[in-house]
Amino acid sequence: MSALCEIRELEVAYRGNSVPALTNIDLDIHAGERLAIIGESGSGKSTLARTIARLLPAGARVRGEMRWSLGQAPLPGRDMGFVFQDPAASLNPVLTVGEQVAEGARLHLGLTRRTAYERALDMLERVRIPDPAKVLKAFPHQLSGGQRQRVAIAAALAAGPGILIADEATSALDMIVQAEIVSLLDELVREAGMTLIFITHDIALASGFADRVAIFRDGGLVEAGPTGAILTSPKDVYTRALLASHRDLSTPPLISEAAS
Amino acid sequence: MRRIRNLMKTPEGMAGFGILATLILVALFAPVLSPGDPLRIAGDPLLAPFVDPAFPLGTDRLGRDVLAGIIHGTRTSLAVGIAAAIAAIAIGLCVGLAAGFAGGLVEEALMRVIDAFQIVPSFLLALAFVSVIGASVPVVVLAIALGAWADPARLTRAQVLSIRERDYVAAARVIGMHPVEIAWKEILPNALPPVLALSAIIVAAAILTEAALSFLGLGDPNIVTWGSMIAEGRNVLRSSPSLSIFPGIALVVTVIGVYLLSEGFGKTLAGSEA
Amino acid sequence: MLLDIANLSKRFSSGGRDVAALNDVSLTLPPGETLGLVGASGSGKSTLARILLRLTSADAGSIRFEGKDWLALSGAELRRRRAKMQMVFQDVLGAFNPRATVASVLGDPLRIHDIVPKVERPREIATLLERVGLPASYASRSIREVSGGQRQRIAIARAIATRPSLIVLDEAVSALDVSIRGKILELLVELQQERGIACLFVSHDLAVLRAVSHRIAVMEAGRLVEIASARQVIENPQSSAARALIAAVPRLVTGMPERPHHDV
Repeated sequence: MSALCEIRELEVAYRGNSVPALTNIDLDIHAGERLAIIGESGSGKSTLARTIARLLPAGARVRGEMRWSLGQAPLPGRDMGFVFQDPAASLNPVLTVGEQVAEGARLHLGLTRRTAYERALDMLERVRIPDPAKVLKAFPHQLSGGQRQRVAIAAALAAGPGILIADEATSALDMIVQAEIVSLLDELVREAGMTLIFITHDIALASGFADRVAIFRDGGLVEAGPTGAILTSPKDVYTRALLASHRDLSTPPLISEAAS
Repeated sequence: MRRIRNLMKTPEGMAGFGILATLILVALFAPVLSPGDPLRIAGDPLLAPFVDPAFPLGTDRLGRDVLAGIIHGTRTSLAVGIAAAIAAIAIGLCVGLAAGFAGGLVEEALMRVIDAFQIVPSFLLALAFVSVIGASVPVVVLAIALGAWADPARLTRAQVLSIRERDYVAAARVIGMHPVEIAWKEILPNALPPVLALSAIIVAAAILTEAALSFLGLGDPNIVTWGSMIAEGRNVLRSSPSLSIFPGIALVVTVIGVYLLSEGFGKTLAGSEA
Repeated sequence: MLLDIANLSKRFSSGGRDVAALNDVSLTLPPGETLGLVGASGSGKSTLARILLRLTSADAGSIRFEGKDWLALSGAELRRRRAKMQMVFQDVLGAFNPRATVASVLGDPLRIHDIVPKVERPREIATLLERVGLPASYASRSIREVSGGQRQRIAIARAIATRPSLIVLDEAVSALDVSIRGKILELLVELQQERGIACLFVSHDLAVLRAVSHRIAVMEAGRLVEIASARQVIENPQSSAARALIAAVPRLVTGMPERPHHDV
């Protein structure tokens, strides 16, 4: 796989903050891969996503290089879609779902109003929203959290971008909806041969479908590599600690069962 | 103290603070800066400004010192403006808290009263009130407050309704805190900041209303005010425009100072929450 | 039985539609046991917790707590008895008055319920802080100055301050980082064993409930669809809701990524 983007010695600091949010990051993003960026709060994982998507707030200082293989950086919205943690905040409450999904297609694909709506309907079907024709006319507050996130994904993909960045896109959802959204993202990205950058705090969630993982901590890259290799033989102590603190249904309980 | 230091970091806050501090000093030291009654006849009538060093801003038709009038007028403007704003916010807080906490019929009734006061133009209300009861400083203060308490009342109620649903209020209920203590300690202090931010607008409006009332001859006749000075100068506006211009400038500078200060506060508050 | 909930129902009207948030829910909790309450969002588990804490009212049904009719209590009597049932919230930021200090957060319940004489309060606050693994010097800090994980420790200290017999935990570890989550769960289990406190642990994450619960109750659309020992629910789920929740728990996949596990 060729490198879609080579990040070299990246350093990002927010305005009024002397301590950088990210330091000395060297990371390649491969075309068509599913890359999981994993870290706890304060690790800098969201800052990295925002740097790649050029969504940093005004006054943020960026040093280092981001070399895109296409020569120029992808245009957010057209070449790169973004899905946030909180769909309630990323969707406009006064526009219908249809208007928001169609907007990207109209703006970047130059579609007419009518064809953009047809595309929006098609997108809603692809994110498997039940009764898409009805949802097209609905407002975000009329939908459940999971459906809103599906709409946000449809809007992010409407212009047919080659890269999709999902920043904790499932953390605000319950487990069942989270599993559905993750498998949906996985499938959509596979179908379209997109590059997926999946930011999460949950290493197990990422292990289920990512090709490569990059572990972040305190603004630095701990280690990066193929998912299987990192999970079976982690080199860094922190990665090992992160894996050890994972808890699923086969983890022995903390209580003695006899008490019941 | 930290707030004030933060405030000084914004240019608006610094300018507003500077202007208002100067005005407050002028008001406090008015008898020192300009001893004697500002309404007394001090020299020849209609002296032009910047001519006689004894009367730097000239004299009016009766020979009263314009500078003395402006210096002493600062006291009235600031005192009436601030007192009216305090009264308006105090009334607004009480009514808003009562509406927010009581709920039900009491809330409905209070909200309709608030509506009534918001519908009537506040200046008209003040005008009618002063005309009926008679002009004196306390009446003017009350008249202005009467037209200005509805906004803080509405805002306070909205704040109470929103904060009442926060987890920390639920947490206070869970530990068995008395409702009165919850209102006093958990809700009120957190509901206050946006209401207090409104106070700058109320102070500025009150200063302008007071000037307008005085201009119409409805101020306290025994006290010099900028509004009455402008009204006084109006009779000789063509020959001596400076008589109206100087108190006008004083008024504009004061209101701008208040707005700048509130802008600065707004910025520091936004900054501290970000 | 410490807690006996019978036929509890609650309806909400939202957007003109009448929605059953709780539909005829009955369950019991003996002293010292942890009951995990699991369900997808909108299943009614948080509504149940809020009714239990008397933060919202029920439409029908009864709750007996420590042998008394809990829903009949009001006013000063309710406030006094609240000492026995405490809560830990999900939002580590929102659960504290932003103006509070650590000392005032812990001092309030001690004062309200007169747990210790006034002169001994600072020492009791120090003891509580140390019990939840924080230095006693934290008492003088503003609640804004402590991190999320530390705040949840303070929330737990607040909950045990009144010596309750039941603590309701509403998604108490969901907002925390994975590495902190484990330590908080360990602390909760330790406190329970030491003081015999019963817990109602509400979560959408079965893996968390598996770690701390003796029994697990599964909710779906306002109904209680399954209740059994934790092992039984996880190894042999009876309801489709339980099976879906089990399938949704992410597992560490250490081989090459194959078809994901979550195609339910």
